Amino acid sequence: MSPAPEAATDGPLVGLFVTCLVDLFRPSVAFAAIKLLEAGGARVEVPRAQACCGQPAYNSGDRDDAVAIARQVIEAFEPFDYVVAPSGSCTGMLKVHYPRLLADDPRFAERAKTLAAKSYELTSFLVDVLGLSEVEASYEGTVTYHDSCSSLRELHIRDAPRRLLASVTGLTLIELPESEICCGFGGTFSVKYPDISGAILDVKLNNILDTEAGAVLAGDLGCLMQIAGGLSRERAKIEVRHVAEVLAGMTDMPAIAASLKSR
Amino acid sequence: MSGSEDARSMVLTRIRGALGITKLDRARRAAVIRRLERHPRSTIPAQALLSSAGCVSQLAEMLTKQAAEVARVATPEDAVHAIASYLSSNNLPPRLRIGADLSLAALPWKAAWDISRVYGRAEPSDKACLSRAIVAAAETGTLFLVSGADNPTTLNFLPEFHMVLVKASDIVGSYEEAWDRLRKIYGERTLPRTVNMISGPSRTADIEQTIVRGAHGPRRLYVLIQG
Amino acid sequence: MAEATISFKKAASEALADGELQRALQNVKTGFVAKRAAAKSRLPEFEALRAEARAIKDHTLTHLDLYLEAYESKIVESGGKVHFAPTAADARDIVLGLCHDYGAKLVAKGKSMVSEEIALNAHLQAAGIEVVETDLGEYIVQLKGEAPSHIIAPVIHLNKETVAADFRRAHKGRLTSRRLSDVQDLVAEARSVLREKFLVADVGITGANLLIAETGSSVIVTNEGNGDLTSTLPRTHIVIASIEKIVPTLEDACTILRLLCRSATGQDITTYTTFTTGLRHEGDPDGPTAYHVVLLDNGRSEMLGGTFQDMLRCIRCGACLNHCPVYGAIGGHAYGSVYPGPMGAVLTPALQGLDHVRDLPNASSLCGRCEEVCPMSIPLPSMLRAWRERDFTEGKRSRAERLALKAWAFAAKRPGLYHALAAVGVLLLTRLAGGRGRFTRLAFAKPWTRVRDLPAPEGRTFQQLYAKMQKDRK
Repeated sequence: MSPAPEAATDGPLVGLFVTCLVDLFRPSVAFAAIKLLEAGGARVEVPRAQACCGQPAYNSGDRDDAVAIARQVIEAFEPFDYVVAPSGSCTGMLKVHYPRLLADDPRFAERAKTLAAKSYELTSFLVDVLGLSEVEASYEGTVTYHDSCSSLRELHIRDAPRRLLASVTGLTLIELPESEICCGFGGTFSVKYPDISGAILDVKLNNILDTEAGAVLAGDLGCLMQIAGGLSRERAKIEVRHVAEVLAGMTDMPAIAASLKSR
Repeated sequence: MSGSEDARSMVLTRIRGALGITKLDRARRAAVIRRLERHPRSTIPAQALLSSAGCVSQLAEMLTKQAAEVARVATPEDAVHAIASYLSSNNLPPRLRIGADLSLAALPWKAAWDISRVYGRAEPSDKACLSRAIVAAAETGTLFLVSGADNPTTLNFLPEFHMVLVKASDIVGSYEEAWDRLRKIYGERTLPRTVNMISGPSRTADIEQTIVRGAHGPRRLYVLIQG
Repeated sequence: MAEATISFKKAASEALADGELQRALQNVKTGFVAKRAAAKSRLPEFEALRAEARAIKDHTLTHLDLYLEAYESKIVESGGKVHFAPTAADARDIVLGLCHDYGAKLVAKGKSMVSEEIALNAHLQAAGIEVVETDLGEYIVQLKGEAPSHIIAPVIHLNKETVAADFRRAHKGRLTSRRLSDVQDLVAEARSVLREKFLVADVGITGANLLIAETGSSVIVTNEGNGDLTSTLPRTHIVIASIEKIVPTLEDACTILRLLCRSATGQDITTYTTFTTGLRHEGDPDGPTAYHVVLLDNGRSEMLGGTFQDMLRCIRCGACLNHCPVYGAIGGHAYGSVYPGPMGAVLTPALQGLDHVRDLPNASSLCGRCEEVCPMSIPLPSMLRAWRERDFTEGKRSRAERLALKAWAFAAKRPGLYHALAAVGVLLLTRLAGGRGRFTRLAFAKPWTRVRDLPAPEGRTFQQLYAKMQKDRK
C-alpha cells in the first residue's frame, strides 16, 4: 500500500469516519477515501476514538447505547471542518439521526446539529463540497451502480457517484434497473430475518446479472457484502467493489468475497 | 339510551385527554367553525383549469379514455336520435327507464316515437336507463349524478346500459367548481342523499389484475354532451 | 382482530416457498408501482397536494373531537344516527343490535377494512345472519374462508383457476358444464350471483374512505359499483368507519381523493366516488329509509398526542405495501394482521399492543421507500424504530440478541478495547478463510451463511494498518 501523496496544508480538515464494516472487512476502502480526499485538496485525519456510528443499537431499539455512542462520535469529530464517511448509511446516521436522538439532550442537541451539518458521504463530499467533477483514474470495463437506501432517501445522493464514475477513463456505466430498490441488507435485519433478506437480495441479484456488467459498485459496504455474498453463493463471475476503490484507481486487490489467489 | 351516551362521551373524552384539551377553548372551536363555513380550497391541478370549450372537449376525451362512449349532440333532437340509434345498434328493445327529470321529459321524444319511457326507480329487468348529470367535472372526466325523483340513483347501477345526458353548460373544470354548483342548488352544508361521481362503466381488476367491465354496475356507459 | 396463530417467521417462510403467491406478488411490484409512478408524473401538483393533505389531516386530528361533533350533528339533521364504539366489541354489538332491530336476515357488505378489524362477519353469522361480501375480491376470499392479503387488491395472491374452482363449489343450481375459464366468465357469474343478494338484502354495510364533517357525508371509492348497490338497495344503510377518517370539508375531500386514487391504483379517479348523506329524502324513489354510522375508536384516540399520531393520517391507499420489499417478498397473510405491510407494522401494535406481533416492526430493512411514496407523508421508518424501542425496553428480545447487542455496544463505547478485539477477530477470521476470500459456512454466523456467502476480512483492520502507516512515516 503506497503512502498517500502530500496533501495541501491549507485545505479543509476532514475527519474520516471509517465505519465499522470498512475497518473490519475492507480497509482499502478507507485508504481509497483518503487518497481521493487528499487529491481533492483536503487534509485528512483519522481520529482513533471511533468504532461505530451506533446504527446496530439505534435500529434495534437500544436507544441508550445509541445515544452514548452518538455523544462519543460527536466529541471525537468536533475538531474537524468536515466529517466524511465512505458510507451512505453511516453518514445518514450522523446527519439525520443524531440530531433526532439528541434533540432533548441539553448538552448535545446543538452539537449534534453542528456535526450533522458538516457530515458527508464520500462521493457527495468530493463533488458538492470540494467541487470535483472528475477523478484521475482508469478502469477498463463495464460497471453497474447500486444506490443504497440511505444515500438515496436520507441524503438524496444520486448524481455525485455517477458524475465521478463518468470521468474514469475506460469505464462504461450501465444503469442498474430498479436501482432504488433495497438490496435486503438492512443491518441486523439481514441476520434476524435472513430468508426475507435473501428473497429481497435475489431480486437485486437478478437485476445486476441482467446488466451483464463486469462489476457492480456501491457506496455502502453493508450493501456490498450482501450483494457479494449473494453473487458468490451463485458462483457468478461479476466483481463487487466499493465505488471508492474504482475512483481512486485502487483495483489491484481482489474484489469483495473473491479468492485471494485469483488476480 | 344511556349506554350510547356513555360510549360517546368516553370516546370524546379520550380524544380530548390525548390532545391535552383541559378546558373549553374558544379558539379551537372558532377554527373549526371557520373552516366549515369557508371551506377553503387547496391547490387545484392545472388539468382542471380549462376554458368552457376546453372543459367540454376534455370531459369527452377523458370519458372516452376511461371506456365510456361519448357523443356530442348539438340539439335536443339530435340527442333523441342518438339515444334511439344507440338502443337499436346495441340490439336493445326501444324501452328506457327514466326519472322525472324535466329536461329529459322536455326532449322531443316524438322524434323517436317508439321508445317507451318507464318512470321511477330502476328494476333488475331494466336493460337501459337514461339519466341527466347535474354537473360534470372535466378534470377527470367525471359526471355528477344526484339522487331524487328526477334521476333515481338505481338508474346509475342496475342496468347493463347506462345513458347519461349532460349539457355543455353544466360542464366545469374542477371538482371544487362542481361542488359549488351543488351548494347553489341545495344550500350550504346540505347534500341530497346520494351524489355519484361517475367516470366510466363499472369494472374490476381483482382477478389476476385483468380488467373486466360490468362488475356490478353498468357494463356500458353512453354519455351525450348536448349543446 | 384475529391474533397470529402461527409465528411470523414460519408464515414468512411458507410464503417465500409458495410459488403461486410469488408469481402473484410480481403483479403488485410491476403493476401498482408502475401505475402510481405514471399517475404521479401526470400530475405536476402532486407534491403540493401532498403537503396540503398532510396539513388538512394534522389540523383535523388536533381538532378531532370538534369535527366528530360537527359531523354527528349533520347526520342527526339528515335523519340518521351516530353510534360511538369505544372498542371492537362495542362496534360488533352495535351492528348486531341494529341488524336485530331491523329484522335483518341477509346483510350485503361493501369493502371495509374496519369490519375485518373488528371481525364483524363472524359475529353476525354466529347470530344466524347471512353476510355476503360484494366487492369481488372480498367475495372470493369469503368463499375461501380466508382473509384478504392486500388492502386494495384482496385476491392479488390467487389465480383464476383457483377462483373458478371455488365458484363451482359454492354456486349451486348452475350448469356444471358452464364455462368458467376466462376472467370475464368469472366476473359475469359473480355479477349475477351477487345481484340476487343485493336485491333481497335487508341491510347494507359499507366502510368509508372519508367522512365529511361539513355535510355529514360518507365517501366510498370503488370501480365495481358494489358499494353503491350496497348503500342504495337495502332498506337500512350502516356505515362503519374509524374516527380518523373524518375530514372537514368537501374541498378537503377533493384534495385527498386526488392523492388516494393515484397512489393506490394509478387512476386519476375511480369509476365511482360516492357521497352518501343520511337517508332518502321525501320524494326519493330509492335509497335507504334508515341510516346509521358506527364510529370506531379501538385504540385510535390513544394514538393522539403521542409518538404514533401521524399514523392516523393514513388513507389506506396501499402504496406503502406496493413498494415495500418485505411485503413484496412475503405477501399480506404472513403479517397475520388485517393491516399488512409497513402501515400494518406500525398500526397493528398500536391497536392491539405489541404482544403477538413483535415481529412486525422488526421485520424491515428500514429502506424508507414507504415513507417516500406515502401520500400523507407518514414517517413510517421512524415509527417502526419507535416500536423497536418499546420492544427492546420491554425486554422481549431473545437472549442471544440482547447479549450480542450489549456486547457490541460495550465495545463500541470503548474504542481502545474495540480496536484490540477487532484486530484479534479479524486475524482469526482471515486465517480461517485461508485465502478463499469468503465463508460458505461459519459456525457463529449461520443466519448469514445459510442464505449467502460471507466475505472474509483481510488480515488487518484499517485502524491497525493506518497506525502502522503513521508510525512508518515518522
